[in-house]
Amino acid sequence: MDIKSSGIIISIILMLIGPVKADEKIQVVASFSILTDLIQEIGGDRVSVDTLVGPEQDAHVFNPAPKDAVRIAQSKLVFLNGLGFEGWMERLVKSAASKTKLIIVTSGIKPHSRKYKNGYEDLDPHAWQDVRNIRIYAANITEALIAIDPAGKITYENNFYRYDANLTSLDAFIRSSIIAIPSERRKIVTTHDAFGYFEQAYGVSMIAPQGVSTESEASAKDVATIIRQVKSEHIPAIFIENISDPRLAEQIAKESGAKIGGKLYSDALSNENGPAGTYITMMETNIRELTKAMMP
Amino acid sequence: MNTLMLFYEMSISPFAEFAFMRRALVGAMALSLGAGPIGVFLMLRRMSLVGDAMAHAILPGAALGYLIAGLSLGFMTAGGLVAGFVVALLAGLVTRLTVLKEDAALASFYLISLAGGVVLVSLRGSNVDLLHVLFGSVLALDDPTLLLLASSATVSLVTLAILFRPLVLECVDPLFLRTVSQSSGVTHLGFLALVVLNLVAGFHALGTLLSVGLMMLPAFAARFWTSTLEGMLAMATLIGFISSYLGIIASYHAGTPTGPTIILCAGVIYLISILIGGRNGLLLRFIPRKHLAA
Repeated sequence: MDIKSSGIIISIILMLIGPVKADEKIQVVASFSILTDLIQEIGGDRVSVDTLVGPEQDAHVFNPAPKDAVRIAQSKLVFLNGLGFEGWMERLVKSAASKTKLIIVTSGIKPHSRKYKNGYEDLDPHAWQDVRNIRIYAANITEALIAIDPAGKITYENNFYRYDANLTSLDAFIRSSIIAIPSERRKIVTTHDAFGYFEQAYGVSMIAPQGVSTESEASAKDVATIIRQVKSEHIPAIFIENISDPRLAEQIAKESGAKIGGKLYSDALSNENGPAGTYITMMETNIRELTKAMMP
Repeated sequence: MNTLMLFYEMSISPFAEFAFMRRALVGAMALSLGAGPIGVFLMLRRMSLVGDAMAHAILPGAALGYLIAGLSLGFMTAGGLVAGFVVALLAGLVTRLTVLKEDAALASFYLISLAGGVVLVSLRGSNVDLLHVLFGSVLALDDPTLLLLASSATVSLVTLAILFRPLVLECVDPLFLRTVSQSSGVTHLGFLALVVLNLVAGFHALGTLLSVGLMMLPAFAARFWTSTLEGMLAMATLIGFISSYLGIIASYHAGTPTGPTIILCAGVIYLISILIGGRNGLLLRFIPRKHLAA
């Protein structure tokens, strides 16, 4: 055929491919729900995020399936928390054996270590409990997105500045809530071991209950131990998830003088309609529950 | 002096220190007061397993109450009572009107009841909730629950006092009772009602599975210490008290779940009674006795 007709054919083909390419979002994978929220805040419509450990799920018992490896292989970026949170991730990414880039969002953060009863020590991965760290998370995410999609630089940076301002006010809100609490009451008993960063950043003592088993039925000994500990250390609130019988919780509250706290979100967001659907609402919910319990 | 202090530490001071320990003890003892004598009568009328069956039968009633109102004392009690009476009535009807005898009739309804109850609880709650319904929570007896336990004990003792003579007659010679008195039916129903009442009250403290334990095991043990009815009634109550105390204090020191520990203590006392009981104990057979002793 002559040049004119092949030119028309090529233009038509380009016209067909062109718009499709422009509509394509950047495919990325986040290891858990908190990262997903951050990426969506910064990436907006330009990014499509797949989550491995979704809302209300437990990252510690996550078992990667072949479909997860497939999703990673099809994505441009994989965002991890790092600091040992996703022990399984490296194996997963290696098995996906793809050109996908791995982004550790905690790079640049000063990590804490946690000591165990048997003397063993490792890094505490729950850095997101300190809002100042999340600003670093967001900055790292922005950088990674710009690197992979330079065309979206303005969008990403605008979103980042907006979100960073929200984070700053969140941090201020948490601090002002805690200042309102008398300093001798800034402590709780909890079985959560995920609040180390929160404790250090905001000055609330998170005390582990001595010797309470995590089985479903608390024995007389367990109950006595908690009551004794709360009384002697004048702890104003108890957040223990395995005392699930509300009558028993009430009895403990009456006898020890402490308030029984509500649910704290430590490792994952709640569902969209729940009280902790985004990172910011999660932290707000937590500080509300803590304040309610610690205030006289 | 030191051993005395140690003894106090081990056995009295936990109760002095903690209100929940005192409440658990009072609740369990109140339960023994009512359940002990009833257990003796069940045993003498050869209805021991009926108590167990009824305990399972009240589960869907309590589960329905739980489904409606959560761990509510009023609803679960009412539900349990209704379920217990319905099963007793239905079993009676089936016995009277069909070819099945009492044991089959009762077994049939309690099995249906139990399965229904388990399904109902799982509809609303998690597995842990089911555990609480099954095992109760003797460490969490609030004031209304304690009042319920105490009232049930009072009602049981008063009713037993009123029905004492016909009840005894029904144990030893039911046909005779029927010929001389109208009260046979009333007595039987009244007695069953008491069984259900005590099981429902005990349900809150010890749960479905174990409230029967505190009813029956002390009665069985009492059999080996006395041959008179009054003696058995008193012994059963006393053994109930002792098991409650030992169970609570043992679970405190050993860190075991309190409800089952109480029943285990009752069980241990029962086993010991079989062996060395003053009357009819096994080991007594090896002690030479005077020939023709009464």
